[in-house]
Amino acid sequence: MTHRNRQLQVGALARVEGEGALHVVIADGRVEDTELRIYEPPRFFEALLQGRAYSEAVDITSRICGICPVAYQSSAWNAMEDLTGSDVGERIAALRRLLYCGEWISSHTLHIYLLHAPDFLGYPDAVSLAKDHRDRVECGLALKKAGNAILEQVGGRAIHPVNPKVGGFHRAPTNAELAPLAEQLRRAADHALDTVRWVAGFEFPDLELDHELLAAYDADRYAIERGDLVTSTRVSFPVRDFLDHVVERQVPHSTALHAQLDGRRYLTGPLARYTLNSDRLSPRARQVAAEAGLGPTCRNPFRSILVRAVEVVYAVDEALRIIESYERPDPPAVDVAPRAGVGHGVSEAPRGLLYHRYEIDAAGLIRAATIIPPTSQNQAAIENDLRRVVQANLTLDDPALTALCERTIRNYDPCISCSAHFLDLTTERR
Amino acid sequence: MTSLAVWKFASCDGCQLTLLDCEDELLTLAEQVTIAHFLEASSRVLPGPYDVSLVEGSITTPDDAERIRDVRAQSKTLITIGACATAGGIQALRNFGDVEQFRSVVYASPSYIDTLATSTPIAAHVPVDFELRGCPIDKGQLLEVISALLVGRKPDVPDTSVCTECKRRGLTCVAVADGTPCLGPVTHAGCGALCPSVRRGCYGCFGPMAGANLPALTGQLRRSGVDEDVIGRMLATFNVTAFGAVDDASK
Repeated sequence: MTHRNRQLQVGALARVEGEGALHVVIADGRVEDTELRIYEPPRFFEALLQGRAYSEAVDITSRICGICPVAYQSSAWNAMEDLTGSDVGERIAALRRLLYCGEWISSHTLHIYLLHAPDFLGYPDAVSLAKDHRDRVECGLALKKAGNAILEQVGGRAIHPVNPKVGGFHRAPTNAELAPLAEQLRRAADHALDTVRWVAGFEFPDLELDHELLAAYDADRYAIERGDLVTSTRVSFPVRDFLDHVVERQVPHSTALHAQLDGRRYLTGPLARYTLNSDRLSPRARQVAAEAGLGPTCRNPFRSILVRAVEVVYAVDEALRIIESYERPDPPAVDVAPRAGVGHGVSEAPRGLLYHRYEIDAAGLIRAATIIPPTSQNQAAIENDLRRVVQANLTLDDPALTALCERTIRNYDPCISCSAHFLDLTTERR
Repeated sequence: MTSLAVWKFASCDGCQLTLLDCEDELLTLAEQVTIAHFLEASSRVLPGPYDVSLVEGSITTPDDAERIRDVRAQSKTLITIGACATAGGIQALRNFGDVEQFRSVVYASPSYIDTLATSTPIAAHVPVDFELRGCPIDKGQLLEVISALLVGRKPDVPDTSVCTECKRRGLTCVAVADGTPCLGPVTHAGCGALCPSVRRGCYGCFGPMAGANLPALTGQLRRSGVDEDVIGRMLATFNVTAFGAVDDASK
């Protein structure tokens, strides 16, 4: 069945964070063009950071994204401490990693249960899913709550945490304050393993992507809150060389900027992290991944939900490990005295790599800021996937093909609020 | 059943996420209301009119200035959630700068970008029935407002200062004990004094309380040696327009 001279539209793609539109042109049975149109109103963060104190970037940039504020905070303090050459020491570093694990658990579980699983099971949302599978959704919500409990206990608040700062924390929690968290996380570990086994039973459409992959790399652990960079062609480079490899360019159809890695389309996020770093996962995460049928690499974007579930197991394990060996940092922060210069920072936001660069003057004020969020890095890869998915499924009728396009986009947990809001899908068949 | 709609304008999604962060209450709430329009959470969209609309975000584009009128027309009760919707948000810093210059800092070809010169709160465009403060809003306050609406009573959301919450928690006053600059005396209550609880000064993310005595606080800050530029930046964050209005009124 071929469709010619047909148009189809979906009012808005739901279950993504932000607003955008998708335009697909099919002519003579060939996909001519796919554009992910992002029309999220720009908020000009890089401009409004100019003239702010170096210490303010942590609070201000967290407001770029309500779903991954810790990612913004982490990349910001990494950049400031890179500039000053500050070392916060192992205790503060561990507390930061614990905080970030909380965000991974919370954000990934939100995506798995509330945004993505309904696609696989044929429901419009998790509330409808709960009507038939209440225990399952309650398991997800309990897991998500454990992530938020970390964010609240360590960060002071689940959304836009108030406790972290450049150099460390305003106040470090006591061992006694973290103890109930460990109890909650031991229960969450069971929920996390159940989640992998549940998701492993979903049906995954075939798609094998060939994008270049980019992730943070840490020799000692699965990189989350810091690291150098590594690519799937095994090029590695330090964070300060990021802009030598990644170039952002503006495209007319989007308020997000598109990025290229050494001139090529590339992907960051769970698939990139897992494929490049799966040997650094915890034994339990590796074991459950193997049971779920994941090899050491994964290049099928539809299986990203499974990789997220494995990363949640890992984040729960890591959080427990950190709490069990926790030594309260005293003082809770090191002094970071600003000086004129340039600092670079990355961290692994739940949906992909997040880069910050700041130019600071002698008075400690920000002269220039560059922020490259994961979704703008992934946009070209998402458009490429869409082209391949549409091309391979032209025999589907319009509603089915449209639904598949929306799922393809959700595979990437796109955070459009970060990158510049809703996907309004227009397909033109000529 | 009461129908609930959630709308997004220029924002970070954090305030609507607060609804999804009600892990213990979400499924019960969903039995009490029909979630008729909540694009972040559901691909099922029911047509208006809606009994209650929660609106997140500020108005920054010509299209959104039109869209908010349509949302208002479809909503019996319209509640704004968060600092963007109630005060214009951090992005309202553009109101004090040159938006053309802002656009060219971020985008190489600024002409592609359709934006207004200002970021304005929802109430600057349409009548608003209730404003819930915070960057982000507090989960307990959100549930209180929704519960109150469902039974038809007034929400219990005190408009006193963060200081009252801080005292009630028995926290050490960071301004008095540590000399830390703190906006608690002029900031709207609601967070539960989160920053003082980690020995940090309040940074005003719930915006000014009713009848905030800003000159008294800024005078105190100056006397304790806080630089004028620092005071300016303290007030110029997530509720910059609201603190700015209080400051102007006191002159």
